[in-house]
Amino acid sequence: MDVLVWLIPVSLFLGGLGLAAFFWALRTKQFDDPEGDARRILRDDYDDKPKE
Amino acid sequence: MASDATAPMVAACPGCVAAPAAVPVDDLLPADGTVTLSLPRIHCAACISGVERVLEADPVVTSARVNLTQKRVQVATDGAADTEALIRRLAGAGFEAHELDSAVLVSGASDPVGRDLLMRLAVAGFAMMNIMLLSVAVWSGAEDATRDLFHWISAAIALPTIAFSAQPFFRSAWSSLRLGRLNMDVPISLAILLAPALSLYETMQSGPHAYFDAAVSLTFFLLGGRYLDHRTRAAARSAAEELAALEVPRATKIVGGVETVVPVETLAKGDLVLLRPGARCPVDGVVASGASELDRSFLTGEALPLAVAAGQDISAGDINLTGPLTVEVSAAGANTTLRRMADLVAVAERARGRYTSLADRAAQAYAPGVHLLALFAFLGWLWVSDGDVRLALNIAVAVLIITCPCALGLAVPAVMTAATGRLFRRGFLVKDGTALERLALVDTVVFDKTGTLTRGVPEFGDLSAHDAETLSVAAGLSAISSHPAARTLSATLVDRGVAPAPLEGAREVPGYGVEAYWSGMVVRLGRAGWAGCEDATDTVGGAATWLSLGGRVVAFPFADALRDGAAESVAALTALRIDVRLLSGDRPAPVADVAGRLGIGAWEAGLLPQEKADRIAALRASGHAVAMVGDGLNDTVALASADVSLSPASALDAARVASDIIILGNDLGALGDVVRTARAARSRIRENFALATAYNVVAVPVALLGFATPLAAAIAMSTSSVTVSLNALRLR
Repeated sequence: MDVLVWLIPVSLFLGGLGLAAFFWALRTKQFDDPEGDARRILRDDYDDKPKE
Repeated sequence: MASDATAPMVAACPGCVAAPAAVPVDDLLPADGTVTLSLPRIHCAACISGVERVLEADPVVTSARVNLTQKRVQVATDGAADTEALIRRLAGAGFEAHELDSAVLVSGASDPVGRDLLMRLAVAGFAMMNIMLLSVAVWSGAEDATRDLFHWISAAIALPTIAFSAQPFFRSAWSSLRLGRLNMDVPISLAILLAPALSLYETMQSGPHAYFDAAVSLTFFLLGGRYLDHRTRAAARSAAEELAALEVPRATKIVGGVETVVPVETLAKGDLVLLRPGARCPVDGVVASGASELDRSFLTGEALPLAVAAGQDISAGDINLTGPLTVEVSAAGANTTLRRMADLVAVAERARGRYTSLADRAAQAYAPGVHLLALFAFLGWLWVSDGDVRLALNIAVAVLIITCPCALGLAVPAVMTAATGRLFRRGFLVKDGTALERLALVDTVVFDKTGTLTRGVPEFGDLSAHDAETLSVAAGLSAISSHPAARTLSATLVDRGVAPAPLEGAREVPGYGVEAYWSGMVVRLGRAGWAGCEDATDTVGGAATWLSLGGRVVAFPFADALRDGAAESVAALTALRIDVRLLSGDRPAPVADVAGRLGIGAWEAGLLPQEKADRIAALRASGHAVAMVGDGLNDTVALASADVSLSPASALDAARVASDIIILGNDLGALGDVVRTARAARSRIRENFALATAYNVVAVPVALLGFATPLAAAIAMSTSSVTVSLNALRLR
């Protein structure tokens, strides 16, 4: 069971990484226009750089 | 009379007046130079890049960003942008756009409260998943040091999570306790606080049971319900805000013959304001010059236009129909008739009394019961076990967790989200959280006539009695006029294939009608007096357009066109055994006509705003639950005093504010469906309460007898929450 010493911190770290990614998405206002963002990706207008 | 009415010859071409050259509006732009436009028809990726490209082609626009979810575009400009020009530019590219008043759009694009809740929900979800994984190991038989280690790790995750995520419950519970009341958040907070505290103590003592998973998943599920509830409200609020923001409060002020567009708040008594045809008057005042006709239906409910000339009073909310008017302001802003009505509304709203929602009623019965039960379990086990405080406390906490109103917290928001979502797709915006519960109880629906059951647009009756020559001249004359009645007549005649007669020297005389030469004769179309008829009262309801043609005077009687679906909705409501009534401020003849066409037996005409409210108060006093559907200023007091109120999106701002549900489309037909959905929502909520209670009836004895384990609590909590949510989804 010694493997738990590694597995538990690793799984917590990975979960925390996901949580941090979600926070980042929330703070950079990526949930303000979910419908528009889903469709923008289909256009090649923004291929070079994303719309500000 | 006719000659001095023609004096301001600007009206020779009403089209020019209606679409004037660009006026400078730079002083009106917000300081940061951003303009928000509403784009009601955009729907795809091509629309997004189309709108952005069209706007960014304008040199003054620095950037434009479309939000498809809200169907808006934020335009950043270098300060010199003319909103009208941007809208025309978009219209030229085929995109319908309307300006939004950024002062009204307070909540803006991002919603801080919703984001805060979502963040807490995410933290609780993350913690719940991790603790559940650790708990599965404990449930499947981890022992001794492993179990203690897992409990300690769970505690390390759970305690900070609860301190952060459960704050909304603690705050709400504390504010309710301070007022000496119990709400649903009091037992929730108690369970969320006591469970980890006891579990921490148990972990220190190497005890077998810890409820960290239960406390965190409770927080997660309840936050989920809270978030759903918030999102429903935020969506309704932002849609209602958008309707209000569409009416930008601006007026065209005339200073020394120069027209400038200014915000309405800056107008003062004595200022001169230009009122173009089709515009709604922003102030109370006196007509200084010009002649026109006014649509006063928002104030009086009267469908017939009223002729005005210099010297006559005009009030805020009147719509100018034919000619431009110069109005001298006698009251602006807070002193207008429109705003004074708000005081009456406030009085009526106090009289409405507070409705206790089903959730509050459940909480009032539930919260004390839960606390008493847990206390009873604690004292009972203390006595049975001869003073074993640890055992008694363990069982009391198990009872608190098992009975914690997790499903109850989801029961109402899940149903409301499903029901309001369904209604929104059908074109109904539910503004108030308890509106559907109140609507479900309604047994009487009171309608306003003008603008609600009717569209406020005339509809011409049988035209086949007239000869071809008359119709042809009427078609020619009506095509020139900008008056709503004439436009409808023109469209009706074109539909019938009538070719307009060739006319010469046509001109429109605002407030009177149109005049032209036909085969050397003067022909006129318009008001009875203008066309040469002295006694005009003998037609149907007195509403007609008159044509004078070589000594003959012909009447084209018209009636109010019914709103689409008005007849269906009255029939549907009657089928639901709801009593339908009609209260109008208009004259008896047209009201009787509309009531007859729709099959409404109970109607009253010529009512003042306060009388409408009194009729509703009388109905409520006799034990009826009344819904009011209205759109005008004369309806606002009645809307506020009814049990639940609805208004069309075309209604005056004051009426929309006073009402609980807004009908977004032009069609009234689905009104019966709204009542059916409301009744279904109410019964789903009651079913959900029954389901949650049923779980408790099974689980509470188990907990009381001391057989409850953290595993049992987790299973009971998640199955009841899922059952309740699934039951709510049946409404979609």
